[in-house]
Amino acid sequence: MSRSFAIRILPVFCSALIGTAIQAQNEGQLHGNFSTDVQLYNQDSAIGAVLPPERLGANAWANLIYTQGNFEAGGRMESYEPSLAGYPAGQAYSGTGVGYRYIKFKVSDLEVTAGNFYEQFGQGLIFRSYEERYLGVDNVMDGFRLKYKPYRGVYLKTVLGRQRFGFNNGAVKGVGLVRGVDAEVSLAELLDSAWTSANNLIIGGSFVSKFQEDRNPFLVLPQNVAAGAVRANFTSARWNIYGEYAYKVNDPNGRNESVYKNGQALHVNATYSVKGLGASLGAHSIDNMFYQSDRSAPTPFDLNINFLPPLTKQHTYNLPATLYPYATQPNGEVSAQGEVFYRWKKGSKLGGKRGTKIAVNFSTAYALDTVHLGLADDTTRRLGYSSKFFTPGKRQYFQDFNIELRKKVSDNWQFALTYLNLLYDIDIIQGKSGKPPVHADMFIVEGLHNFTDRNSVRFEVQHLSTKDDHGNWATALAEFTFSPHWFVAAMDQYNYVTFDDTFLQDGKLEVSPKRFHYPIGSVGYIRSGTRFQMNYGRQRAGIFCVGGVCRTVPASNGLSLSVTTTF
Amino acid sequence: MKITLSLLSFLCFGLLASSQNGAHLPSVMVQTMEGRKVDTKTISNDGKPIIINFWATWCAPCKRELATIAESYDTWQEETGVKLIAVSIDDARSMARVAPYVNGQGWDYEVLLDPNGDLKRAMNVNNVPHTFLLNGKGEIVYQHNNYEPGDEKELYAKVKALSGK
Repeated sequence: MSRSFAIRILPVFCSALIGTAIQAQNEGQLHGNFSTDVQLYNQDSAIGAVLPPERLGANAWANLIYTQGNFEAGGRMESYEPSLAGYPAGQAYSGTGVGYRYIKFKVSDLEVTAGNFYEQFGQGLIFRSYEERYLGVDNVMDGFRLKYKPYRGVYLKTVLGRQRFGFNNGAVKGVGLVRGVDAEVSLAELLDSAWTSANNLIIGGSFVSKFQEDRNPFLVLPQNVAAGAVRANFTSARWNIYGEYAYKVNDPNGRNESVYKNGQALHVNATYSVKGLGASLGAHSIDNMFYQSDRSAPTPFDLNINFLPPLTKQHTYNLPATLYPYATQPNGEVSAQGEVFYRWKKGSKLGGKRGTKIAVNFSTAYALDTVHLGLADDTTRRLGYSSKFFTPGKRQYFQDFNIELRKKVSDNWQFALTYLNLLYDIDIIQGKSGKPPVHADMFIVEGLHNFTDRNSVRFEVQHLSTKDDHGNWATALAEFTFSPHWFVAAMDQYNYVTFDDTFLQDGKLEVSPKRFHYPIGSVGYIRSGTRFQMNYGRQRAGIFCVGGVCRTVPASNGLSLSVTTTF
Repeated sequence: MKITLSLLSFLCFGLLASSQNGAHLPSVMVQTMEGRKVDTKTISNDGKPIIINFWATWCAPCKRELATIAESYDTWQEETGVKLIAVSIDDARSMARVAPYVNGQGWDYEVLLDPNGDLKRAMNVNNVPHTFLLNGKGEIVYQHNNYEPGDEKELYAKVKALSGK
């Protein structure tokens, strides 16, 4: 597009948009959002900060949705000029263009979507197309989807298309084709009986198949790989019991050493809750469940057809959230989690005048018990291993015990105390080969004080102690808020080692430990649906996990700006 | 060129910036904590205001906001008849934690689950917490992103203005 052409076309583009908006007030609605993250990188070799040649990285997204009656159309412009360091998780994004667009309409009980769409079957064990924009994960489908409700309580869905792989002045699609159907029956809606007025049973089943041509000169690869899943969910006023089982036929790929073994996964969960008490218990077993629409996808983040969520708590405090988070191991794991929330009422012995809340959580993950198959013959060798489903192996990948107490002590003061004990197999989870598992303890104190109705200060002191990996961390944070518009915050993270003056790593004595401060300051302004935030300082490397995989954001030093708005 | 184009497009967007005000809730399927499907278009409160609050169990400011409102929610309801619908965007990882968490806190909100972000996308929410206020006709009249202690007072002032109190 030449410059003069662009200048000529822009007023047309603008007036078309505004025209649509004016028309929208009469008939339809036009709305959207915008968000951008910009960072200016400084040199800081002490912490190994990244310094991209462009010095300035910027990600930006603008969504627009137009609806009129039963018709809807939408799109998203995306820009990565260039993308922020460490973004996205998988295949690189570059340039500016359209990343997503669709049209959708409803004809009584039938809904048709053409173009891009996000969808999920059950808990996603065999199919989930979703976006986690800030993690850089987007496996949106491009094709079509039908949703049909033939009778009350009966829901049918079918999808067909290719997934988003990367971005180069527009979305780049993967080579594999994904096709799927899902059916669900909700008995409470279907039958109008005394039983279903208090309880409900939902049963569902789905089938997904991917197609990718076999061009391998040495192996005969399955070109169509099918997966099926069944699920049931019982609910009553107090109970919610869920189970889903998935099976995948053999799918030799780059993530499973090209074995011809079938895959399977089982997820079960039960929760019980009444006012003031909630409890949940869940477990899952996963065996050979990497399911990507390109068997030679370059990274584990690309082209995932399914979603295998970890059964661990997603922490909100900075140190536990971004130093040692867990990610599901799709090739094999057995995991369980239990959790209790309880509130001591106002006026009770432990509740005091304003009540006290406690949360206790425990989770653990082990390798799956497997036996490597020998070289008896080629067929056996190609199966790779045999496994005992739902039987944990010897190696423990992860364990997290944490307890949190929250109490409002007066009208103007409230506190939260947290303790965490963690075991983390850094070799498996972060791929740091040969590094010993990390054993860590964390203590966190958080306080909130209201000076007035609208002005307050919140502070956090966090400490992590470990003799492994990078040693100890201490974090202090203070955040002043002036509702409804402003906030100012300052944080320092201090990485230090106390044991001896040498640092034990990989079982060897290494050089004297280095001690680093990571100070950072932030200021923010919020006005209705718009938020501006600016940070300046050092940002340590952090891990962000989604589904089965963790993305590492490199250490950096500099100025960053985020703007989000909804209109 | 690209920058000019992006800037001008953004300006166009800016001109339209208030267009979500007055809009109705989109028609999106979400579910209750009991697994029943709900079309968001059918949400109503007998001509009284509705607060739609997007949150997640992994979002600390969201939980602070809902816990703070919970302390005076019965007064809010008595005075104005307002209803708060807490839309959780927890995905398959933490969706099962929502009901025990909400009950463990003793909250009385209506809770809806949006595990694949369909409603979040349809309402153009970038991040949580994000709050919308709907008048008795179901039109969006106010929205607020983020939470700071005290924001709930601003919100309640808007609710009271809507119900003529």
